[in-house]
Amino acid sequence: MTEMTASVTAARPPSDITKRSLPASLIIHALLIAASLLMLYPLLWMVSASVRPENEIFSSTSLIPSSIDFSSYARGWVGLDVSFGRFFWNSLVISLLVVTGNVIACSLTAFAFARLRFAGRNFWFAIMLGTLMIPYHVTLIPQYVLFLNLGWVNTILPLVVPKFLASDAFFIFLMVQFFRGIPRELDEAAMMDGCSAWRIYWKIMLPLSLPVLATAAIFSFIWTWDDFFGPLIYLNDMNTYTIQLGLRTFVDSTSASDWGGLFAMSTLTLVPVFFFFLFFQRLLIEGIATTGMKR
Amino acid sequence: MSNAMRTPAGAINVERYQGAVAEGRFRRLWNANAPGYLFLLPWLIGFFGLTLGPALISLYLSFTDFDMLQSPRWVGAANYVRIATADPKFSAAMHVTLTYVVFSVPFKLTFALLVAMALNRGLRGLPIYRAIFYLPSLLGGSVAIAVLWRQLFASDGLVNAALSHFGIEGPSWISHPSYSIYTLVALSVWQFGSPMIIFLAGLRQIPQDMYEAASLDGASKFRQFYKITLPLLTPVIFFNAVVQTIEAFKAFTPAFIISGGTGGPINSTLFYTLYLYQEAFGNFRMGYASALAWILVVIIAIFTAFSFLSSRYWVHYDD
Repeated sequence: MTEMTASVTAARPPSDITKRSLPASLIIHALLIAASLLMLYPLLWMVSASVRPENEIFSSTSLIPSSIDFSSYARGWVGLDVSFGRFFWNSLVISLLVVTGNVIACSLTAFAFARLRFAGRNFWFAIMLGTLMIPYHVTLIPQYVLFLNLGWVNTILPLVVPKFLASDAFFIFLMVQFFRGIPRELDEAAMMDGCSAWRIYWKIMLPLSLPVLATAAIFSFIWTWDDFFGPLIYLNDMNTYTIQLGLRTFVDSTSASDWGGLFAMSTLTLVPVFFFFLFFQRLLIEGIATTGMKR
Repeated sequence: MSNAMRTPAGAINVERYQGAVAEGRFRRLWNANAPGYLFLLPWLIGFFGLTLGPALISLYLSFTDFDMLQSPRWVGAANYVRIATADPKFSAAMHVTLTYVVFSVPFKLTFALLVAMALNRGLRGLPIYRAIFYLPSLLGGSVAIAVLWRQLFASDGLVNAALSHFGIEGPSWISHPSYSIYTLVALSVWQFGSPMIIFLAGLRQIPQDMYEAASLDGASKFRQFYKITLPLLTPVIFFNAVVQTIEAFKAFTPAFIISGGTGGPINSTLFYTLYLYQEAFGNFRMGYASALAWILVVIIAIFTAFSFLSSRYWVHYDD
């Protein structure tokens, strides 16, 4: 897997030598635009359903509402015993802690693998890559029993603490690949000058690695924000719910009665992800292209 | 130290010398390795405490009856025997999951490759198209998308509204056991963005002069695709296929939301992971669920091993 992704990393600049006739490229553009609209249509429809007057939601497949009405948002926001503000706050706290944990712990680990020499390094590195393959279901139940015995169920700790122990091997791998690209002369010179490993990590490696740290941070945030399974297992008290659990409860409690509120709240949960995507899509796309991250 | 006093002066020196050597060796070993292991410390704790330890415990639990109230009771291979011979829900879950894998992965990869090839032509607006096609992949895992999907394929949903324009009366997709799994396949195919981006990166590595030489020799576009693009892209196809298949085996959220956690109608969306979740956290059969988890691991491992073995016959690495 390593060689394969490494070869993907070394992408050459795009080739636009292929000059083609005007009609051919028009056809391709037309097809791509049609495909884009088809891809986006469900999303746009959901956003438009969230601002439609309630009686109009299912009567039309068009994207433009006859009048714009934000009352669904107000209704949905307080539609449960606990307001969506609480769920947003919980999700935000967990996501930010996970980002912090992932960036610190994975960069420490990656630095050791990429730059330090020590006995057994290759062995541990192979183990680390091996953990990429293990489905989390295998560790799920003992982990749950462990966290239950520690009294951590219904707190954010089971969702956050593992990240401070570098449990996301994807990010370690991503960072190792990046660190290897930084010229060795830099830290060798620093080592000669008597710099400690810690100072090299802190003063040389991290500042030069901001792009990869940002990529890891953004993916961490989005995946944690979207995560449903972890919170479903560990959070049972509605006051501790994340936005995904809140939305699911809202679906169950309103079922068919308040579609406007449902689409309004659904739209709101997607907004942070959408903005991250808008601002950082270059980093996200590079992250995908270099490591083949799953989503 | 009376001993030391009785030994000749030279011997004391040797002992001291050896001690100093040993201490020096230890210090050197320490100096050489300590920083590495200190940096690895969080990961090592995580690996032993959250991965290796739990994996071994879960292997043990899979041979027990464990309801979390009483301590695990050893039952030998009984869980595995029941899974293999007397659990209709297991075979239903297996059937659903394999159907999902077999239909979603090839379609998803085909779309991803077709769109990547259309985009890899030095088109204007490439970043915009790429972003639009990638967006669903990024949003895909969230509850909101599953909710949206449930509405799209409801009997009075958007898909049927669109079909009615053509005079077709669609079924109630998500509540019909023959169709419900395919709505989930459609959701997965809709998220072809991330394999597409990997294909794009792979396509860019194919040297353009190969195509030029081929077209000088009069090779048709189709032949060029068959003889150049496809073979040179096999490592990336292989990578995407393995990653996407493993992900498909692990799918959970959409099935959970769309079926309201039941896997219905008539177990038609009972994904393997959903069944595992029901057994563990619905029925508190932790031992049985551990056995289910290990069977999933074995299936994924067999699949991966098979992919790697077969890859030497169809994956070309240029070296």
